[in-house]
Amino acid sequence: MQIPVDTYTLPNGLRVILSEDHATPVVAVNLWYHVGSANEREGRTGFAHLFEHMLFQGSEHVGANEHFELVQRAGGTLNGSTWLDRTNYYETMPSHHLELALWLEADRMARLLPTMTQENLDTQRDVVKNERRWSVDNQPYGTWWEKLPALCFPPEHPFHHSLIGSMEDLSAASLEDVAEFFRTFYTPDNAVLTIAGDFDPAAAREMVARHFGPIPPGTGRPALPPMAVPPTFGAPRREVVPDAVVASRIFLAFRIPPAGDAGWYPASLLAAVLGNGEGSRLPRALVREQAIASDAGAYTFDLAKGSDLLIVDVTARPGVTPEALEAAVVAEVERLIAGGVTAEERERALALLETSWIAGLQSAGARADKLSQFATYRGEAALVNDEPARHAAVTPEAMGAFARERLGPENRATLLYVPRAVEVAA
Amino acid sequence: MTAAPRPGPGAARPYEFPTVHRVALANGLRVIVAPMPRLPLVTVLALVDAGAVTEPAGREGVASLTARTLMEGTGALGGVALAEAFERLGTMVEAWADWDASAARFTVTRSRLEAAFAQFAEVVRAPSFPSADVARRRDERLADLAQQLAEPRGLADERFDGFLYDRASRYARALGGSTRSVTGLDDAAVRAFHAAGYGPSVTTLVFVGDITPDAALALAEARFGSWQGPARPVALPPAIAASTGRRTVLVEKPAAPQSELRVGHLGVPRAHPDHLAIVVMNAVLGGLFSSRINLNLRERNAFTYGASSGFEWRRGPGPFVVSTAVKTEVTARAVEEILREIDAMRAAPPTADEVSLATAYLAGVFPIRFESTAAVAGALASATTFGLPEDWFTRYRDLVRAVTPAQVHAAAQQHLDPSRLLVLAVGDATAIEDAMAAQGIGTVTRVPAEHDPAEAP
Repeated sequence: MQIPVDTYTLPNGLRVILSEDHATPVVAVNLWYHVGSANEREGRTGFAHLFEHMLFQGSEHVGANEHFELVQRAGGTLNGSTWLDRTNYYETMPSHHLELALWLEADRMARLLPTMTQENLDTQRDVVKNERRWSVDNQPYGTWWEKLPALCFPPEHPFHHSLIGSMEDLSAASLEDVAEFFRTFYTPDNAVLTIAGDFDPAAAREMVARHFGPIPPGTGRPALPPMAVPPTFGAPRREVVPDAVVASRIFLAFRIPPAGDAGWYPASLLAAVLGNGEGSRLPRALVREQAIASDAGAYTFDLAKGSDLLIVDVTARPGVTPEALEAAVVAEVERLIAGGVTAEERERALALLETSWIAGLQSAGARADKLSQFATYRGEAALVNDEPARHAAVTPEAMGAFARERLGPENRATLLYVPRAVEVAA
Repeated sequence: MTAAPRPGPGAARPYEFPTVHRVALANGLRVIVAPMPRLPLVTVLALVDAGAVTEPAGREGVASLTARTLMEGTGALGGVALAEAFERLGTMVEAWADWDASAARFTVTRSRLEAAFAQFAEVVRAPSFPSADVARRRDERLADLAQQLAEPRGLADERFDGFLYDRASRYARALGGSTRSVTGLDDAAVRAFHAAGYGPSVTTLVFVGDITPDAALALAEARFGSWQGPARPVALPPAIAASTGRRTVLVEKPAAPQSELRVGHLGVPRAHPDHLAIVVMNAVLGGLFSSRINLNLRERNAFTYGASSGFEWRRGPGPFVVSTAVKTEVTARAVEEILREIDAMRAAPPTADEVSLATAYLAGVFPIRFESTAAVAGALASATTFGLPEDWFTRYRDLVRAVTPAQVHAAAQQHLDPSRLLVLAVGDATAIEDAMAAQGIGTVTRVPAEHDPAEAP
């Protein structure tokens, strides 16, 4: 499967990707801004995400929440999301409403601030605090996605701190912060715009030029602090978290090369060998044969700067001790280090990857997001079409070598959740 | 820099739902094929008319356990070998039971379809149900139930149904069964359920993707043509509300920073003639981001990250429920606002603008919902379960657009009933009890998380 890719850049620096497909009268508009929680200053954790909420509070020609209403009235879907180093905004529209989505995105890129009010900020601050309660504080194991990066990246590293943010820092965010963040990061030269699906390229280019062309470029975003970290942790790291849970859960995180580096592909396939599918090692050994876990998987975090993480994630059956869980999980990793990977295991992992790659890119919205991602992280959207071949080029020997180099105890961070009543050695 | 004026739409391009072909084999098995040849991909779904409502009393959960153990072995292949065989073909079989049907599904690249389908037929027709693997799957379900006591969202959903329906109704117990009923299940129970409930005359095979009707029919005939089995008529047991009055239940989760709230009552069966008017009414009330309940609770009051309402569609009357998670301190205030919105929906017709937003949205997103082979297969399976007319998907958008504000108002008056609301909160009961009692929504009952109303003595 080849995704068509046509890339160009406006004079103001906005990179534009067009990907035509007329199978169904649907078109996706997708904007990636190259800014995320990594760009937050001290004392403002959670701000990049709070800011994402503010982008739905109206711009000069759009009222608060009118963005949602106009898109839904057109029969479209929309949302946005914030990640460590990027924020995306997207609409999928019936194709004859393409220009509405472009106009909405251009209006807030060009003219967000005139309508910003303290009241809107206060409301969204409280909404985000409720999002934090809902997804982190009132969920079993809910703190894992802030504890794991904190464990794996040093305190001064941009990926160390919480993406959703602390209640204190959210309380501290001001309208001046909003204005400064907007002027610094929400500029055409810090964004990628992808249009995928059913559109006429000439008409789309004209619309993009008309709506986005007049927006002035930024004055240059401040560089991120150094992202590079040593290739391994150097020594084991460990945190035990007593939580209101019924069963223990363990995360093992291993430092691996950034997503997209040549050295990352063996790690990606190793994750699949360990924990993608019932036939992979962890579910087979821990869920089926030993019956000590209810769920077991492994995946990469897909961080494209500094270092990515390979994560093993296993939830015990209730009653299984955290010590027994940890020993069994570590034994599987050690087995991989000692014995490597068979050709059959590699084939299985690749076959699953091939199907999910095609199936996962059926929708215009998914294709648009993937193209924006590759343009932002790799500098070239068309590289998306090389991805299956880069995975297929990995040999079992390379996977075995990677396991030996990177999955040992010196490169292992352990985050262990235990039921509150259980005592565990830290 | 001045902005261009807000653009209007261009000329709409036509949309056609994939053409649907239907045939039946001599043994009664039905085949539905919807070609979507854009990508070399096929989704196959086997739908069996054996949902949780067909479970024998005392064996609640056996439909789900049967579906989840289909992949534990066939013939000479054990569960691991079977999973590996599919995974080497780049696919995994997912199987589940719903209230009204059981289903198994996989998506595979076109060149591997024949090999995967041959194995898939064995999985559906002749699973071996090894007793140790059935026991393990049963214990996994029991572990899930234990885990759920600490997970407020899932707990709120299940306890809401538990308090809403009379314990004589299957709907009062979780779809996957309760701790008591699941504990008693074994391979004999699963085998009996499969033998009685899975057969060609109650099975529909759905093929969607890069395949012709002839090719799909040939595959179905080759692998399912010789299947013989019973035709068990499916009788729908009654769904009864536990009480006709208003009541409030507090499920204890001490020190919780939020309350998971569920507010609602018995809904109506999917076959109800008001179905589309109810769908549009719900979109105005709480089905969309721009709906009244979300704009009130989230954007006006900042009580929550999100709030929505929905009618759950089953052959019998599923629940109507408003769902949200709110900061503990404002729990009672949030209930008050939800009740206000339900009352307002009944008191006056919605504006033409509100109704056109809902209908334009529902009609417009229709093609967006069906970009993937799995989504189309799921929709065709659901239409089969509910016995929808064959032209349902081709007429849907016109039918939705035709719904009027008067019909929406009538649906609200007829299908929203504040006099029989159940209000349930999973949260810090001590902190919210007084304020909730002051709302005066029937009697207030306080129960521990472990209390399962369908199984309580």
